[in-house]
Amino acid sequence: MTRLVVVGNGMAGMACVEAILKYAPRFDITVFGDETHVNYNRVLLSAVLAGEKAAEDIVINPLEWYQRNDIRLHVGVRIVDADPGAKTVTGDDGSVTPYDALLLATGSSAWMPRIEGLDKDGVLAFRTLDDTRELIRRANPATKAVVIGGGLLGLEAARGLQVQGCHVTVVHLMPTLMERQLDPDGGAYLMGKMEELGIRVLLGRTTVAVLGNGHVEGVALSDDSCLEADLVVVAAGIRPNVDLAHKAGVAVNRGIVVNDHMETSSPDVFAVGECAEHRGVCYGLVAPLFEQGKVLAATITGNKGPTYTGTVQAAKLKIMGVNVFSAGDWSEQNAEPVRYEDRALGIYKKLTLRDGKLAGAILVGDISDSHRYMEWLRAGADLTDQRRHLLFPPPASDAGLDVAEMADSATVCGCVGVTKGAIISAIHDRGVNTLSQLKEATRASTGCGSCSGLCQDLLRAVAPEFEEEVKKVICGCLPFAEDRLRDILRSQRLKSVQEVLEIYGNGHGCEVCKPALSYMLDMLWCGDHDEDRSARFINDRVHANIQKDGTFSVVPRIHGGVTSPAQLRRIADVADKYHVPMVKITGSQRIDLLGVKKEDLPKIWADLDMPSGQAYTKGVRMVKTCVGTDFCRFGTQDSTAIGIALERRFEQLYTPHKVKMAAVGCPRNCAEATVKDIGLVGQEGGWQVVVGGAAGKSVRKADLLTTVETSEEALEASELFFQYYRESANYLERTYDFVERLGIEKVRKETVYAPEAVRQGLRDRFSRSKAHAVDPWLEGREPRHPTQFIPIQSLEKVRA
Amino acid sequence: MNGHRWVRVTPCDSIPLREGRLVTLAGRDIAIFNLGDRFMATDNRCPHNGGPLCDGIVAGDSVVCPLHAWKFKLETGAVERPSSKDECLATYPTRIEDGIVLLGLPEESVP
Repeated sequence: MTRLVVVGNGMAGMACVEAILKYAPRFDITVFGDETHVNYNRVLLSAVLAGEKAAEDIVINPLEWYQRNDIRLHVGVRIVDADPGAKTVTGDDGSVTPYDALLLATGSSAWMPRIEGLDKDGVLAFRTLDDTRELIRRANPATKAVVIGGGLLGLEAARGLQVQGCHVTVVHLMPTLMERQLDPDGGAYLMGKMEELGIRVLLGRTTVAVLGNGHVEGVALSDDSCLEADLVVVAAGIRPNVDLAHKAGVAVNRGIVVNDHMETSSPDVFAVGECAEHRGVCYGLVAPLFEQGKVLAATITGNKGPTYTGTVQAAKLKIMGVNVFSAGDWSEQNAEPVRYEDRALGIYKKLTLRDGKLAGAILVGDISDSHRYMEWLRAGADLTDQRRHLLFPPPASDAGLDVAEMADSATVCGCVGVTKGAIISAIHDRGVNTLSQLKEATRASTGCGSCSGLCQDLLRAVAPEFEEEVKKVICGCLPFAEDRLRDILRSQRLKSVQEVLEIYGNGHGCEVCKPALSYMLDMLWCGDHDEDRSARFINDRVHANIQKDGTFSVVPRIHGGVTSPAQLRRIADVADKYHVPMVKITGSQRIDLLGVKKEDLPKIWADLDMPSGQAYTKGVRMVKTCVGTDFCRFGTQDSTAIGIALERRFEQLYTPHKVKMAAVGCPRNCAEATVKDIGLVGQEGGWQVVVGGAAGKSVRKADLLTTVETSEEALEASELFFQYYRESANYLERTYDFVERLGIEKVRKETVYAPEAVRQGLRDRFSRSKAHAVDPWLEGREPRHPTQFIPIQSLEKVRA
Repeated sequence: MNGHRWVRVTPCDSIPLREGRLVTLAGRDIAIFNLGDRFMATDNRCPHNGGPLCDGIVAGDSVVCPLHAWKFKLETGAVERPSSKDECLATYPTRIEDGIVLLGLPEESVP
């Protein structure tokens, strides 16, 4: 068996090994990696730093993959020497390993410019998973961070650190951000976007020294100014790792020189990825290494034939809300530029054409057409017929049209190199119906993920039983599915509605997304968010239910529906005093005072001296009870006591939609607990906790969540479900739709039958929210704003 | 063309950002909105069913009636939703002087 030794356990090396395995060769493979991890997606480190992904999420080849393919993996071992004469490599652990074929996939390292003081504690690179973890550990709120370098990596690091709470300044040597990808105008648009995010950018300055006594305290710049800093990240570029190749006597320029078959100057030594130099170019992006890996796999397995002829360079900035794409040669020399810009929207597009073909593209602010341009570049398409539609495609009559027009050879996933044809055969031959299955079958959309939309379009057009995995977005202002949005708000630590709309939405929002966001922020931060009443429906601005004539209804809380003569007298007095036009007993065992003027609300609340029943909001309404054991001759459980306890436990908390509850003392169900969002049904020896019932537009019998013995257990089970619903349901989704959608088995598994740590998490977040909850009617005494309840009195009187 | 009589109405900070408030001038109920960079004023009554627009959610430079979600452009008073309707709200010019919002009433409505 041929012994193949791979030096480097990164994306390039393992992509090549995956390609080699497809040839089913008789190879004995050993992999050395100096990092202590399995192969992960380095492109997504910025997403880990920004909290959008966990370290586990970016693993490409888990340990089982190495085992399954009989690959010996040595992590944490650096190969320090290679001897092509003896055909051995030597590790820093002293091990000597013989090979028949040697694959160098050593990648590159962060380039450290010559700056005084780079050895101080607090100076880090941003290149590996360990770097990323160390950055997360050190990036605390209010940490002052300086990022040296305003290229792709520097900007992604800057945003990640900012999300972690740091105050970030980017110092960039050149007068343009990302100058290798952007022209000065594009760079200016990008700079505007970064500054809108709150990241300071200093251009045309070099860092001359890192200051501090042992630990970083600041940096000195070439303009004689100084910046305070607790953390310095060097992202000034990368250099191919060529030391080993050098020692092995392999030809090296900037990188390890390879020919079109990916062979080096030394027989049986090959190189792939960032460490390789092909036709004078060292690539630092992900797409070329997959293409190189495929060619090399053919060469190495004795199927020499395919050649690598270079890759059109393309780059996307991976910062949510900041869209930047650049590809090809966008310089205007000997080219015809075509431009579009809109300062207000922050959109800049430039294409360059040579001989009627696309030479390069820059997109800032809107990169929705990047795929089209990439395809034109790859194919060298003649654009004579499309000159009028270069920047704006003619409107497609249906969504499938674009994909239908693509050639089978056209690349859909640029990272992994998957063509439309390959996707279609996977759909037909392997019964692929969902995006996850497609990822599994072809690896398409597993790199940067930006082709997922196109993959979905293809699935929709071709797969017989296509299942949409993308959920409905909230509204046009904020084009995200709700679970995705919750992840974003959490990871980006966003606490105000307006901030979310400005970064991820259209800047102003509407009556659909604003209340939804208000709810999510309140729930996610357990009440510790920036409350913005302008984003609330009127009911939640004045804590009463608006009626058809613009007056309001007032429903005080009567826990469990149990009242007293004194309370009833007070309610009657208030109704008299304010000439309340209608007093009504509600279906929820409460009393509704209808037809109250907005300006009278604070006075009525004060006179009632009762808490709000919150009959106007998406929140905890009431617990309806029967008389239970106190008087009823059939009662088996004390339903009034548990009902009151349940109402007190959950009151003043907000929910995706209203939550109506009931507790009954026996299965006769007099208070209709089996058609409530949460119901407690007493029986001999215990309680049934039922959830997801409805008796509104539709009628649905609640599902049994669990059966327990004691009242406290019943309350605890209810609490787990209640908090789970708050966290996982979509806004305006009642429990009966939520439970129906998930299925009671899943609900049980994630609440009462969840591992203790999960249940504890639900309980903790519930308690934190509860600690922030207050009776909203207290605002009657101390309004949030002087005119919260009263109309404006004009300074100048004008008579009619 | 008729001129306007400018009325000093209220300090800017008595209307919170992106909210509306009701003011009654010369017998007209008028909703004034604070859009941050400017104030806008329209009739308060929704032409559909009389809902109070001052209590609506402001969506950019539009307002949404709290009763049945009719949506109006604050600049022109035109109905945005439902799109089939061509009712129009009266609008009033505003300006700011020394931190006070002034509202222009049509001359003929002021004695």
